[in-house]
Amino acid sequence: MYFESLQAALIMDGHGSYVWSAYGLSLFVLAFLMGLPRRRERRLLQELRGEQRRNEHRPSTAMKGS
Amino acid sequence: MWSFFHKLGSPPWLYQISGQILRWLLPLTLAALAVGLLWGLLYTAPDFRQGNSYRIIYLHVPAAVVALAGYYVMAIAGAVGLIWKMKMADIAMQAVAPVGAALTFIALVTGSIWGKPTWGTWWVWDARITSMLILLFLYLGVIALYEAYDNKVAAGKACAVLALVGTVNIPIIYKSVDWWYSLHQPASIKFTGESTIDPSMLYPLLLCIAAFYALFTCVVLANMRVGILQRERRAAWVQRLAAQVS
Repeated sequence: MYFESLQAALIMDGHGSYVWSAYGLSLFVLAFLMGLPRRRERRLLQELRGEQRRNEHRPSTAMKGS
Repeated sequence: MWSFFHKLGSPPWLYQISGQILRWLLPLTLAALAVGLLWGLLYTAPDFRQGNSYRIIYLHVPAAVVALAGYYVMAIAGAVGLIWKMKMADIAMQAVAPVGAALTFIALVTGSIWGKPTWGTWWVWDARITSMLILLFLYLGVIALYEAYDNKVAAGKACAVLALVGTVNIPIIYKSVDWWYSLHQPASIKFTGESTIDPSMLYPLLLCIAAFYALFTCVVLANMRVGILQRERRAAWVQRLAAQVS
């Protein structure tokens, strides 16, 4: 490691707050970005599953739209 | 060769193959990102003029580079959609737009944070920065325009036209640091001629750029999978997939 201690790495000669906030913010945005399709896929499949369940109870309309 | 293009237009095949790619590409991407960022953050020497604030480069440059490259992908997908009416092209455009917007946002925010200790200001209406802000609005515009239409075929066309018109902005971003007197420094990495960056800083930066490209690919693929499911929701294979949901 370039820095002598963890504390030195956090402070970075006064630039620590800039560097760490840039990394924190960016990683937050990236994590959100990567989580978005997973959540959307799950929500969509659950929505479709819900439609299937409703159609199972009403067999006369089960073929509607398919 | 032609059968490959036919497959490319086949939603279930695309859904399946993208899932297989993501299974190994995503862990690889996360590992490369972690190694690249920690390397730059903790294991390189500070810049002799900017000190430690320069470490923001390992986020700023990869985000900006891939945000620009992503715009080409989106514009090309738009053109393909307009010319060949491929429905996958619309899905690809909508898959790229949020990733491009997020990366442009990261480039702008990290640039702003970097600017404070380096230039003494958070923001200047500089050519490079302003054209990047326009890039963000173009990405957001493509997302908003698509949502605004109920008819998704018309929406795809409108987005494609917006994306294609917006490509005017791309060479402006590239050349802005050369054409106008600017606070923003010119490129340090050059494909022709000597790079003005020390190898000890260059290698982690290249790794980060590669990791950001991989991350872009991963999220675009994942977004496309959702887009495919959405569009094929009435198809038997999607219904079978939904039936497995508890």
